[in-house]
Amino acid sequence: MININILKPTSSNFQTYLYIGSALIFIGIFDVFLRSFFNINYLTFLPGSLNFLFPLIIGLVGLQMIRLEYSGNRIVDKINQNINNNTFNAGLTLIIIFLTLLVIPPALDWMILEATISGDTKEACVATEGACWTYIKVWFRRFMYGMYPNDFHWRINTAFIVLIAFAFVGYFMRGKLKNYITFYYAILYPIIAFIIINFLISGGSFGLEWVETNAWGGLSLTFIVSFFGLIFCFPLGMILALGRRSELPIIKYISIGYIEFWRGVPLITVLFMSSVMFPMFLPSDAFVDKLIRVIAAIILFEAAYVAEVIRGGLQALPRGQYDAAKSLGMGYWKMQIFVILPQALKLVIPGIANTFLALVKDTPLIFVVGLSEVVGMLQMAKTNPKWLGYAMEGYIFASILFWAICYAMSKYSQYLELKYKTER
Amino acid sequence: MNHKIKSIIPQLLTLLFVVAVIGFFTINAQLNMEERGIDFGYGFLNQESSFDVQFSLIEYDGSHSYAKAYLVGLLNTILVSVLGIIFCTIIGVIIGIARLSPNYLIRNTAAWYVEFFRNVPLLLQIFFWYYAALRALPLPENTEPLFGVTYLTVKGYYIPRLIWENFDILIYSILAAIISIVFIRNYARKLQEEKGQQLPVLLISVGLLLVFPAITFVTGMVQLEVALPVLKQLSKTSFIYAEGLSIPPELLALVLALSLYTATFVAECVRAGIQGISKGQKEAAASVGLTPNQILKLVIMPQALRIIIPPTTNQYLNLTKNSSLAAAIAYPDLVLVFAGTALMQTGRAIEIVSITMLTYLTLSLSISVLMNWYNKKIAIKEK
Amino acid sequence: MSESIIQMKEVNKWFGDFQVLKDINLEVKEKQKIVVCGPSGSGKSTLIRCINRLEEHQKGQIIVDGNELSEKTKDIEKIRAEVGMVFQQFNLFPHLSILDNCTLAPIWVKKTPKKKAEEFAMKQLEQVQIADQAAKFPGQLSGGQQQRAALARALCMEPKIMLFDEPTSALDPEMIKEVLDAMVNLAKAGMTMIVVTHEMGFAKEVADEVVFMDEGMIVERAKTNDFFANPKNERTKLFLSQIL
Repeated sequence: MININILKPTSSNFQTYLYIGSALIFIGIFDVFLRSFFNINYLTFLPGSLNFLFPLIIGLVGLQMIRLEYSGNRIVDKINQNINNNTFNAGLTLIIIFLTLLVIPPALDWMILEATISGDTKEACVATEGACWTYIKVWFRRFMYGMYPNDFHWRINTAFIVLIAFAFVGYFMRGKLKNYITFYYAILYPIIAFIIINFLISGGSFGLEWVETNAWGGLSLTFIVSFFGLIFCFPLGMILALGRRSELPIIKYISIGYIEFWRGVPLITVLFMSSVMFPMFLPSDAFVDKLIRVIAAIILFEAAYVAEVIRGGLQALPRGQYDAAKSLGMGYWKMQIFVILPQALKLVIPGIANTFLALVKDTPLIFVVGLSEVVGMLQMAKTNPKWLGYAMEGYIFASILFWAICYAMSKYSQYLELKYKTER
Repeated sequence: MNHKIKSIIPQLLTLLFVVAVIGFFTINAQLNMEERGIDFGYGFLNQESSFDVQFSLIEYDGSHSYAKAYLVGLLNTILVSVLGIIFCTIIGVIIGIARLSPNYLIRNTAAWYVEFFRNVPLLLQIFFWYYAALRALPLPENTEPLFGVTYLTVKGYYIPRLIWENFDILIYSILAAIISIVFIRNYARKLQEEKGQQLPVLLISVGLLLVFPAITFVTGMVQLEVALPVLKQLSKTSFIYAEGLSIPPELLALVLALSLYTATFVAECVRAGIQGISKGQKEAAASVGLTPNQILKLVIMPQALRIIIPPTTNQYLNLTKNSSLAAAIAYPDLVLVFAGTALMQTGRAIEIVSITMLTYLTLSLSISVLMNWYNKKIAIKEK
Repeated sequence: MSESIIQMKEVNKWFGDFQVLKDINLEVKEKQKIVVCGPSGSGKSTLIRCINRLEEHQKGQIIVDGNELSEKTKDIEKIRAEVGMVFQQFNLFPHLSILDNCTLAPIWVKKTPKKKAEEFAMKQLEQVQIADQAAKFPGQLSGGQQQRAALARALCMEPKIMLFDEPTSALDPEMIKEVLDAMVNLAKAGMTMIVVTHEMGFAKEVADEVVFMDEGMIVERAKTNDFFANPKNERTKLFLSQIL
């Protein structure tokens, strides 16, 4: 058995050990590099398992040889502290490096190097072995706008821009108007949004052609559903949060019942309920558009979660605020609207951002009740007879899309959390 | 007097509002049902279901009742949830600890794992595994065995089936082991209290759990046969592996997606728990001479678990609710079997959807109640 | 001449590039009470944390009760059992009662039977006058009570040396006295103590010698009276003028 102490460096012979060790590490990584990029394996004369483990063993030996605490060489010290403080860590580090080398090249190869994006038909893709991004390019508009007529896409774009503009009005409210911020976001803004969506996207008046909701789809539908979901479940959630904190028993227990009910059932059953049961609950001659039913169900569902988030904020507010407001002679509603809620909502902005994020991630579910947002469009595109076999590209595209949106939102919510933490 | 009226009026109004809404729905429902000739009742549960289910843990076919179908769906949901919970816990704990590693590479790899799998919608992840990744697996006839006796194919994961003789005796032996472990632990505790000596309780427990069942094997009371999967030709081009146990790709995709997704949240809970323990605790424990293992067991874990367990249980609940997404890939869970197929066949929307929602509600509420009881019991007392 | 129970020879320590201890030479004899003072960042806490190896030194020698502290030391826990420590933030275990806090180490490290450990713990708690709080939890005690409990916890291991890392710095003024009183009693009972503190009143009453540290070095060390009456170094004079 080799005496492992031979491999331990000391301050005197460190230079030699450093050279030999670095060389060994390099050989190990280079070996994996060759195998992965060029499929060269010059160690075939070794028995199977030894062949496979060779780079790992060499790398471990090399790392052991350069592991000297406080060697004086800055780079080596940094490496030793971070990834080489014991054999276990060294091994894990090597494995991660090797896995990266083994996985990335084939993936890059397929996704970029051998992929195509030119052309308009399947023929352009059949020739290559790589990913077929032409498929995405051709279907892109569908993924974004669903079956909405191409000529009218400007209507959707305009509607969104206008909505975002109205959302920022809150930042510019000064002076006396600031008191009405809650009122604006809770009541006025939802109404404005509804009007805009109704007239611009749905159409039917003012010379704009009517487009039925079944044709709405893609990412724009995702946004519409998430957006309406959030702005309407917001006031409802506020009422429920206040109700749960109320001292009046009936109101309190009805609120608790509502919240616990909607938080205890999966969203899919709620959606089923909305498409199958809602018609039963309404007079038979009243027809409610499927999209509106689905959004209503989502609003009722998410309101329960928003209520819990807001309740957290209400609880975190120091009692002194309540006392001060009461001592000034404010009634219950005045106190809530002008003193308590504005502060509580500020506290829970990150929580609400998280809920919104969860809502966006939940919207793909509406595809099971027949509304084709992005994932629904993916399924539709995948089974189109002209484009069979490109499911993987579709899912990768959708994953990257959602990931980018959700990552951006979660980073923004973290930024908000930090900002409001330091402000207090 | 005035105050009493002030508090009664809002409550009355709210109550009236709720009653009015419920009443409105009920009346409409009754009218609609009369119009369409549908009656209301749960008697249909005893009728023959006349549909088969692809995957079931118990004996079931079309001649069994709808109630049995409900049970099949429920068991499948529980199966997926339990498997998902086990795997997401293992992965979550590893990633959570890795997030705090001093090793730069490990720490960042774990961080990217969390950021990636958390921000892609679960449904998309399920679809990816089911329609893209698992579809790329080879056909049964072209598969190389994994670990020698299992076959990961596009038609499912085929593993050996265990056939037990006298399985109940094995259960008794395990029970006996557990009972004796309880006795040993009590004895060890008394011994420590009185004489200060410590017994290696963990080692002894593990030993007992292994030895007792082993005895049943060695003496021949319990016998185990292993049925290996064998390639069988169904038709000219269609092969499967028979004799063994086949795990359908739907179940695989679902468990994979659920575990990887929920593990990100569990990892964050674990990380919060470990970080929530101030460094001073470790130092204080070290300064009185406790070994690192003792510090972990007596000081760190008790505090960390109090922080970790409540939100993690919440995640388990979310996983169970998310398992309902099985409907999207035709895994026969409760929602697909009952609120999907059964509902389509009988048209009894209100009864079926209400039963389904009630089932999930019961599950959620009982776990909530359990969690609240547990929290109160172990709460660290403060002023 | 009694043998030194703590010997520190040419001790140097770095945090990365920053040198926090420079050529520290310190000898402490049994039953001696030493107070270490100095401005923030001077390395006082690091110094005493090296003595029970909560921090590791890179150069030099530290010998505690005949045992040298180095990375080759086996059973560092045995050495730590002989050295008790009281922290600025108390660091009581919040999930255990005060009594359990005190008996945890004796039971698990010294393998004392539970009853004996509890009896001894109650005696220590009586010494610091919080015996009536034994069944309560740390979260239910005031700061001063918690720190006294932390002192009792350390004493339950019957250490030969007690280290104090700014024990009263996190306390409200009205509670500082009760903790200092407990420490004075301990000193009178003959314990070897090294105390990092700003409480100069305590130093004058109890300390045999005072050590002044600045920027990682021991600048001055003298018997208590000499230290306060005739500080020799300019930096010592400056420091004393600021805090007295």
